[in-house]
Amino acid sequence: MTTETTSKKFNIDTVEHAEQTPEQPLPWAELGLKENEYLRVVEILGRRPTAAELAMYSVMWSEHCSYKSSKVHLRQFGDKVTEAMKEHLLVGIGENAGVVDIGDGWAVTFKVESHNHPSFVEPYQGAATGVGGIVRDIISMGARPVAVMDPLRFGAIDHPDTPRLVHGIVSGIGGYGNSLGLPNIGGEVVFDSVYQGNPLVNALAVGVLRHEDIRLANASGVGNRVVLFGARTGGDGIGGASVLASESFDSSKPSKRPAVQVGDPFAEKVLIECCLELFKASVVEGIQDLGAAGISCATSELASNGDGGMHVELTSVLLRDPSLTPGEILMSESQERMMAVVTPENTAAFEAIMDKWNVEYSWLGEVTDTGRLIIEWDGEKIVDVDPRTVAHDGPVYERPYSRPEWLDGVQADSFAGDRPSDLKTAVLELMASPNMCSKDWITNQYDRYVQGNTALAMPDDAGVVRVDEETGLGIALSTDANGRYSYLNPYDGARLALAEAYRNVATSGAKPMAVTDCLNFGSPEDPEVMWQFAESVRGLADACQELGVPVTGGNVSLYNQTGGVAIHPTPVVGVLGVFDDVARRTPSGWREDGQAIYLLGTTRDELDGSEWANLHGHLGGQPPALDLGAEKTLAAILINSSRDGMIDAAHDLSEGGLAAALSEAALRFGVGARIAIDELCERDGIDAFTALFSESQARAVVSVPRSEEVRFNDMCAARNFPRTRIGVVDVESDALDVQGHFTLPLTELKEAHEATLPKHFA
Amino acid sequence: MTVETPLIGHSNAAVVDSSLSGVRVGVVTFPGSLDDRDALRAVRLAGGTGVALWHGDHDLKDVDAVIIPGGFSYGDYLRAGAISRFAPLMEQITAAATGGSLPVLGICNGFQVLTEAHLLPGSMVKNNHLHFLCKDQRLKVENSSTAWTSSYAEGSEIVVPLKNQDGQFVADERTLDELEGEGRVVFRYLGGNPNGSRRDIAGITNEHGNVVGLMPHPEHAVEAGFGPDSSALGEVEVRGGVDGLGIFTSVLQKLVNK
Repeated sequence: MTTETTSKKFNIDTVEHAEQTPEQPLPWAELGLKENEYLRVVEILGRRPTAAELAMYSVMWSEHCSYKSSKVHLRQFGDKVTEAMKEHLLVGIGENAGVVDIGDGWAVTFKVESHNHPSFVEPYQGAATGVGGIVRDIISMGARPVAVMDPLRFGAIDHPDTPRLVHGIVSGIGGYGNSLGLPNIGGEVVFDSVYQGNPLVNALAVGVLRHEDIRLANASGVGNRVVLFGARTGGDGIGGASVLASESFDSSKPSKRPAVQVGDPFAEKVLIECCLELFKASVVEGIQDLGAAGISCATSELASNGDGGMHVELTSVLLRDPSLTPGEILMSESQERMMAVVTPENTAAFEAIMDKWNVEYSWLGEVTDTGRLIIEWDGEKIVDVDPRTVAHDGPVYERPYSRPEWLDGVQADSFAGDRPSDLKTAVLELMASPNMCSKDWITNQYDRYVQGNTALAMPDDAGVVRVDEETGLGIALSTDANGRYSYLNPYDGARLALAEAYRNVATSGAKPMAVTDCLNFGSPEDPEVMWQFAESVRGLADACQELGVPVTGGNVSLYNQTGGVAIHPTPVVGVLGVFDDVARRTPSGWREDGQAIYLLGTTRDELDGSEWANLHGHLGGQPPALDLGAEKTLAAILINSSRDGMIDAAHDLSEGGLAAALSEAALRFGVGARIAIDELCERDGIDAFTALFSESQARAVVSVPRSEEVRFNDMCAARNFPRTRIGVVDVESDALDVQGHFTLPLTELKEAHEATLPKHFA
Repeated sequence: MTVETPLIGHSNAAVVDSSLSGVRVGVVTFPGSLDDRDALRAVRLAGGTGVALWHGDHDLKDVDAVIIPGGFSYGDYLRAGAISRFAPLMEQITAAATGGSLPVLGICNGFQVLTEAHLLPGSMVKNNHLHFLCKDQRLKVENSSTAWTSSYAEGSEIVVPLKNQDGQFVADERTLDELEGEGRVVFRYLGGNPNGSRRDIAGITNEHGNVVGLMPHPEHAVEAGFGPDSSALGEVEVRGGVDGLGIFTSVLQKLVNK
């Protein structure tokens, strides 16, 4: 191979050349631009774009980067935020991730993102780089990443393609996350045939920083230097964002495999430590991670958020593959790269830190105040644009949407299936089912101990991490979604997802503070999918307002469909909560013999969309009714009980209802209980089956020390919240004994619960 | 260039036994080390003074003992520990440890580094089930006369987290017989072999008993509230297991009493 580079080789399409050859055809359609979008680029520039400019606009105006279909709806997350909700927000929507004040000068930044399409094409690398990307978002806010979580959705557990995806995705997440030294503290695993060709791989990361250390992505200070550091730029992931994340899979098109990026977790771990040292030494003015759209995104966003101009020499970029064209370099999504702005005085200090960590870097150019992003190739101008037009003025679509005609029929089809009288067999069937079975086989492949601050992790309701070792100040996180509920009613489905994540955080004892979301949907070009999306956003924004928790950031993943069949609308909601001291966190299982077990909340006949109905092949009716006022009261009770030492265990009721909650609470520490549900059935007017399998909301089971029972009851009474004493912890029994109905030995329950995943995947 | 790597949540909480605070235990950070801060915390919680050491330095900073922590140094891309053993600081450590004077503990990736550096025999290969495995592991303390295990009763059992991908200890039969014969097997897995390690071996020592390597992570069982849910030493609260603390108090007490 010759080492000769530069312009001759690529027959560079300069700005001058573009002006002289207005009629030259360009592959805008292949790069994913629609005709109207291409014409808009020509209008903005007053000439045809160069090949490099076309590459930039095509990736930055893709659905994935520009949110062009979702933007008009997402505005509600900002519009519906009240002043009171902003009280603890240090950085809101729009930056790499939101930042929340948790007190004592500490702040937390967190965000969930999707890596769905790449994970279907190449499960290991797709999932691995999903973790890598979200972690870089957190670093670029100035924070040390402290934990990750992974909400996952696969196709049917017995489909022949599912093991490929489960093995690849789980080892990708573990292989990358474990190597970064980030505890994996929770997430979800759901199996449903609607995700067969479109598995959902969402990744959440959370980071911790001091208030004064917040960094933003902007390039300010004329004359400051722009540097690219970390891994070299290669040919991986070119067009990944524009092509993979913005189009449905279709068998008639050629394979998109090369568009998936390849991850190097070691490089990322070094990058984390190196960036934290840069922050500590205060040698960077602005910083931006390189994710989707690579250098195109980093330069245009940094420039447009700062003094408005930047000058870059592209041949300075260190390459893994010297044959890359300028357009490819601009579009490459090679992982483990960052871009920073450094004052001339700090360049030596910057270089010393790079050298200490053996990180490669190259100075690309400088900040200007010209209002133009100028990119040169060996001194010849190949990009001359207003960076705002690339980063922020992309197309915005008011996609048509309409309520699906089939929905009335679906909603009228209430569950009328089997309600067996053999409740023991039913509980075993439920707890062994793909969605309710133990996820240990997966979560045991993740490190939950590293950093030594994990106070709770799966299978507890929320992941809990200590932030300050001196005071015990810490955070709780939970992510939730129920695609079936959203299919039946997207407005309520999104509200229910928020309610469950909020409830989980409160169940652990933390005060819910803020929200991040990952909105996974089908094609926005389908008006029915667009309606599901619009309804979900409206529902989530309304519920956030009602619960007083603002959305701080997130991600939209559209085109999750194969052929004409879309996934269930799946808005994954992550809620962040705060603890004054994580020592008081409440685990999900009971341990102390003789403690009283209470059920909080009201149980109605709500089996539509339930796990039981799903197990029996039914999906119809309306999801469970939601009362956010009741959720707030329940949360207050759970938080106060934790603070005042009134409960020793708490577990929320969600999928699988009381049957699942009791089973999980007993299996958590292998401690049995005697349960009596007759009084509950009488009070709520339901039968035993409904009591166990209904998925009514705003409920939780708690275990209360005898000495605290009076106080606990008084507190619930003062808040007028329904509660029933349903049993007592029984260490001797080694069984879940639902009196008058069945006795289920814990060994039998445990075996059924734990056998499912190994049977399919080990 | 000596910019300190920033710590999040650094604690200044008072130490337990002030007589031990004069003992300096160094923890080496390689590129890709993950449990270095955790090992420093464990030293502090045991009452000693943790000293951060950098792999590229040539100076052991007058430490009395060294811990090589867990992680994926250099990504484990070649063989776990194969590149780290060539770090400048490893020369100092090897020289000081070979004669039997400097106590050295290698945890997980650190154990792998010690075998690559020939301070300990044998080697680690991929787990026999081929997965990364994170679980609370029951161990038997087979040798309580090493620098790192003297505060345990011989034959006692402990629970500490195990988390690795390349944790299967292998050695030829003669080496294994030697280790057994000389009482150099320090920890053995109980309740089932989690990774296919020969003769259920979880940790070993050198002929002097100053160098110990083990795959499970005692530094993750040193603080109530953040350890395993169970203990082999008695009933504990949720995540209350601190069975690993004895490893760190062992070396501190030995050095104070020497």
